[in-house]
Amino acid sequence: MTDPTDAPLLEVRDLQVHFDTEGGTFRAVDGVSFSVRRGATLGIVGESGCGKSVTSLGVMRLIPRPPGRYAGGEVLFEGKDILKLSENEMRKLRGGRMGMIFQEPMTSLNPVYTIGDQIIESLRAHGWKDKAKARARAIEMLDLVRLPSPETRVDDFPHQLSGGQRQRVMIALALANDPELLIADEPTTALDVTIQAQILELMRDLRERTGSAIVLITHDLGVVAETCDDVVVMYAGKVVEKAPVADLFASAQHPYTLGLMAAVPRLDARTDRLETIPGSVPPPYLQLPGCRFAGRCPLATDHCRSAPPPLKEIGPGRAVACWRAPIEEAAA
Amino acid sequence: MSTPVLEVRNLTKHFPVKSGIFKRSTAAVQAVTDVSFAVGAGETLAIVGESGCGKSTTGRALLRLLEPDSGEVVLDGEDVIALSPSRLQGARRHMQMVFQDPFGSLNPRMTVRETLMEPILLHRVASGPAADKMVSELLKTVGLNDYHAERYPHEFSGGQRQRICIARALATRPRLIVCDEPVSALDVSVQAQIVNLLQDLQKQFGMAYVFISHDLAVVRHIAKRVAVMYLGRIVEEAPAEEIFATPRHPYTRALIEAAPKPVPGAAEGREMVMGDAPSALRPPSGCAFHPRCPLAQDICKRERPELRAMPSASGTAAAACHFAETVAAMPAESTRPTPEILARRLAVLAEARAAQAAAG
Repeated sequence: MTDPTDAPLLEVRDLQVHFDTEGGTFRAVDGVSFSVRRGATLGIVGESGCGKSVTSLGVMRLIPRPPGRYAGGEVLFEGKDILKLSENEMRKLRGGRMGMIFQEPMTSLNPVYTIGDQIIESLRAHGWKDKAKARARAIEMLDLVRLPSPETRVDDFPHQLSGGQRQRVMIALALANDPELLIADEPTTALDVTIQAQILELMRDLRERTGSAIVLITHDLGVVAETCDDVVVMYAGKVVEKAPVADLFASAQHPYTLGLMAAVPRLDARTDRLETIPGSVPPPYLQLPGCRFAGRCPLATDHCRSAPPPLKEIGPGRAVACWRAPIEEAAA
Repeated sequence: MSTPVLEVRNLTKHFPVKSGIFKRSTAAVQAVTDVSFAVGAGETLAIVGESGCGKSTTGRALLRLLEPDSGEVVLDGEDVIALSPSRLQGARRHMQMVFQDPFGSLNPRMTVRETLMEPILLHRVASGPAADKMVSELLKTVGLNDYHAERYPHEFSGGQRQRICIARALATRPRLIVCDEPVSALDVSVQAQIVNLLQDLQKQFGMAYVFISHDLAVVRHIAKRVAVMYLGRIVEEAPAEEIFATPRHPYTRALIEAAPKPVPGAAEGREMVMGDAPSALRPPSGCAFHPRCPLAQDICKRERPELRAMPSASGTAAAACHFAETVAAMPAESTRPTPEILARRLAVLAEARAAQAAAG
């Protein structure tokens, strides 16, 4: 654990990513701020359409423009705003000091090149001139992610590997250039639980060994609890709650976070009936004057529906955007 | 259990792999081998396992969407496997299926009314104005409205589409519904709505469910009995409470350990199963799980353990492991209490929700 007073490796300030569509402006990411320390893992959780993937693409500057555009905010990587970099500089950063892992290992790997060639290509694009050394490095990386017999598997094509093995290759590829920041978008969602446990263990292990920071995008609260140090909960393009992981699972504040926790069936106890969150996420083109969750929140008041709650600091590293928090006091 | 609605005996389905210019069968993918189980009316049996374990093949073979190689599927005393094609058509009225992908399993060119009307007319459940009335009742039953009837599938969200699929399955008043990963593609809050709906409908109509899933937490919530499959065979079957409290097979134990839990620090020091599941084309010798099993001994490589009855506190249980007694005696995962303040907040929210629902 590094000193928390250290400057964060990545700091996102008031990021706005909008999409211009025929139906109007779609604010996929609407004023999102967070920061990630070196050696720490930040989880971004939420359901489909909450803006978590667009946030991660936004940080990598992979938003398709048009229809997307950056409408405001800063993404500071080691204090430097990467939204101001040229495309060339950005390309050097991506796959170099910033690595990424996507959900679909089959579509993210090129089917007509061997996995070794794909890792070597990435290494050579980031300064490894010697081909033999790059190949040795590729084998080393495959060994690091515990792919069995890496010396021979390095010449395999993606289709020759299982889903779990492909995801290992994706991680090897992302880590080949010793990135300081790794962005993983649902890295284990398509995998079986025994394989998922192995991949998550691998990511924890690598973070300890290399000291890199990880931003993990997921919908799974279980994965968050087991992997992350800090958590950001997103709803409809906004951050609704932020907390260190132990605090979030001990005393979550926002009704949306609580609703998610109650909706997940538990493995260690049987509940009679699952709690649900009635309704659905408001369409993104709808400009709501108040809290975006108000329509689905049983505690919502007229005030909630008319004024957007600010993300208020409530403790070290903790913040919540809810007029009614803490909800047990308001109810008493 | 009284007379079961569904009884499956020694169901086997192997897919031949053909090669060479004469397309001779050179090998077989042993998708499902010797699977037996029974489900009573109003009961849910869950089949769990990882990709490729044969759980979906089993589900399809039950309805003869795939022709099994051998075995019996007895639905209300009638062997479905032995039926002639025309009799099978009639029998399908009593068994329906809900698939994982609510985007792929609805015809995009049919309105919801047409989708629901098809099984009603095909199986002569009703006709004319009675059929119209039935469509409207089905929509209400699954939490949709009359005005949804004229819409097309693309106008609905994933959860709503799954509701339509469930309504379609209900249209013929079946005795059995096979649900193949019905909530896996849905967000958690929507998943909870569909799970609750399935439970309510079962209470109301008393169908039996075969619930195929890889998600143990959902299974624990919905199932009365659980069968765990590995490489085409059932390796453990027991009442749901028992299978989670005292798993008798090392694979069941591994699945429970590996499932991510919403408790920080739960992953520390967990023993983990390594490697991938082997290919069903060449299952390992002896016990198929032995290459990944932390308890494997020499005997496990040589002899395949039969599925044998095990002592059970409620009902019957069986496991296919030479060391099932040892596994059952290992300490189990403990129940973790919800932190106090979190529990209080969840209660406040649940109360407010209930009050809101009561107020309409």
